[in-house]
Amino acid sequence: MSDEIQSLWGLLADPFIEFSFMRRALVATLALSLSSAPLGIFLTLRRMSLLGDALSHAILPGVAIGFMLFGVSLSAMTIGGVLGGLIVVGLAGLVSRSTVLKEDASLAAIYLVALALGITLISAQGTQLDLLHILFGSALGVDSPGLNLVAGVASASVIALAVLYRGLVLESFDPVYLAASGRRSWVWQQGFLMLVVVNLVAGFQTMGTLMAVGLMMLPAVSARLWHDGLPAQLLNASVQAMLAGLSGLLLSYYFNTPSGPTIIGCAGVLYLLSLLLAPGGWIQGLLPQKHRVA
Amino acid sequence: MHYDIDNALSPKLHHGFAPQAACQCAGLALMAARGSGFAAAGVAVAGGSLGQRAGCAMIALNNLTVSYRHHPALHHISGSFAKGSLTAVVGPNGAGKSTLLKSLVGVLPLASGAVSMAVSRDRIAYLPQASEIDRSFPITVFDCVLLGTWSTVGPWRRISRQLRGRIEAALHSVGLEGFEARPVGTLSSGQMQRVMFARLLVQDAELILLDEPFNAVDTKTTQALLKLVRQWHGEQRTVIAVVHDEAQVREFFPDALLLAREVVAWDHTSIVMTDANLLRARSMAEAWDDQAAECHTDDAAAGLAA
Repeated sequence: MSDEIQSLWGLLADPFIEFSFMRRALVATLALSLSSAPLGIFLTLRRMSLLGDALSHAILPGVAIGFMLFGVSLSAMTIGGVLGGLIVVGLAGLVSRSTVLKEDASLAAIYLVALALGITLISAQGTQLDLLHILFGSALGVDSPGLNLVAGVASASVIALAVLYRGLVLESFDPVYLAASGRRSWVWQQGFLMLVVVNLVAGFQTMGTLMAVGLMMLPAVSARLWHDGLPAQLLNASVQAMLAGLSGLLLSYYFNTPSGPTIIGCAGVLYLLSLLLAPGGWIQGLLPQKHRVA
Repeated sequence: MHYDIDNALSPKLHHGFAPQAACQCAGLALMAARGSGFAAAGVAVAGGSLGQRAGCAMIALNNLTVSYRHHPALHHISGSFAKGSLTAVVGPNGAGKSTLLKSLVGVLPLASGAVSMAVSRDRIAYLPQASEIDRSFPITVFDCVLLGTWSTVGPWRRISRQLRGRIEAALHSVGLEGFEARPVGTLSSGQMQRVMFARLLVQDAELILLDEPFNAVDTKTTQALLKLVRQWHGEQRTVIAVVHDEAQVREFFPDALLLAREVVAWDHTSIVMTDANLLRARSMAEAWDDQAAECHTDDAAAGLAA
C-alpha cells in the first residue's frame, strides 16, 4: 500500500524535483493563479468578461515598440506593454466619461486600433518570427527574470486588491451611489483596470496570451457557479486556477503536449465539472427538489 | 438673472457644494464666491413661488436646463427647496423628474444654469430607481446596508461594533431582522427596496432624494416606508421624492413640484395638485421636435446681465 502511495507521489513530484524549468513553470503558474483569477471575478461582475481578451491585444504596440528600441529585453517589452495597456485603458475611460459610449464599446474601438498599430509595427521589423515567439511565450520557457516578474506582479496585485477591495465592491455593485457621493469615483475603475493590465502583461510575456487570459477568466466563470458570497468566489477561483495549473503541467509533461493549452484545457474540465455539479449547475436542476416548510 | 454662457462648456463647475453651516442661506453666497461668474446666484432664486417663502433654501435651482442630445429634459427651472421640506415631484412620463434628481446629485451634467446646495455632498443620500441596481451581485443584505456608511467610513476605516449595531437597528426598523446573511439576489423587489431604505437610514443624510421609491412595492410595505419618510421629515431632514400616486402625494407630502419639462406648479400640495394644473402637465408633448427652433432664453438673459 505504501509503495503505491510512494509511486503516486513520485508521479506527481518527480517532474518538479528533476527539472528546474518545471519548477519555474509551476511557481509562475501558481503566482499568476493567485492574483489574476480574483480579478477575473470582478471582470465578470462588471459584465466585462471579454475585456481580458481585448486588452491582451491592446498591449501589442507597446511590446513592439519596446522590442524595436531595446531588442529582446524582457523588461523593455514589459514596460512597453504595461504603458501601452494603461494608455488604452485610460483613453477608453476618458471616452466613456465624456461621451455617450459605454466603457466596453470605447475599449473595443481603441483596442482594435492598437492591434492594427501593433501588427504594423511588428511587420516593419524583419525578424517577425523571433518577436512572435517572444510575444506568445510558453510556460515551460519561463526563465529567472520572467519568474521574478510574475511573482512580483502577483504579490503587488494581491496587496493592491486587498487595499482596493471595499471601493471595488461598491463601484461594481452600485456605481451610481459611488458617483453621487462625489470623490472621484472613476479612480476605482481605473485602478482596477490597471491591475488587470499589469497581470495580463506579466502573464502574456512569460507564458503567452492564452495562459494570461485563460487563467484570469475560466476559473472565475466557474467559481461563480459555486458560491453566493464574493469572498468565497474569489478564493474558489484562485484554487481552481492553481489546480488547473498543477494538473496541466503534469499532463503536458507526461503526454508531451504544449503546456499552455493543456493548463487551460484543465481549467475547461473544471468548468465543465462546475457546470454539472455546482449548486447552480445542471445536475442539481435535474434532481427532485425537496423544500422546507418555511 | 446673471450667468455666463462660457461656463456652460464646463458644466460640472455649476454644482456648488457648499460646506455645512448652521443656517444655510449663507451657503448659497459661499458657493457663488467659489464658482466664477456666479456672483448673483444667491440672489436669483426668486423664480419659484416656494423660494419666496420664509425659511432657508436647501437647494436653489437657478434657470436650470438639462438636455439629452440638445433636447431639453428640464427647461429653465428656477426655484428652491426649503430646508426641512418634504416635497413630492410629480408629472407625466418624460417630464424630467428623474433627470432633476440626477442633476441634483451631480451625476448628470447641466446644459446651463446652476444648482446650489446648502449641504456638503457626503450628506446627500440618493435612491435611484430600482431597475438601476444589479441584484444578481454576490453581496449580503448586511454588507449592502453597510455600504451606506461609505461617506464616513470610506474605503479603509474600520467597521466598529457600534456601527454594526446601527446597521442591525436600521434593518430592524424596516422589518428585516434575520435577513443579515441573505444574498440580495434572494430577496423580492419589495424586500430589496426595504434594504435600500435601511441603507438610507444608515447614511444619516441631511438631504434625501428618492426616485420612485414605491414602485413595485405592496401597500403594506409602502405604508411602512412612508412612515420612515415622515420620520425623516420630523427630524428636519429635507426629502424630495418622485411619486406617481396622486392620492399619496395629497396625503403625505406637504409640498409638491409638478413638472412637465418646465415647472407647471411648485407650492403647497393643495395649490399644486389641482385638476387644471394636472391637465396642463398631461398635455405636455412627449416627443422631441427635431424641427424645434433653438432656445435663446439664455442669450437674452446674458444680454440683460451684460
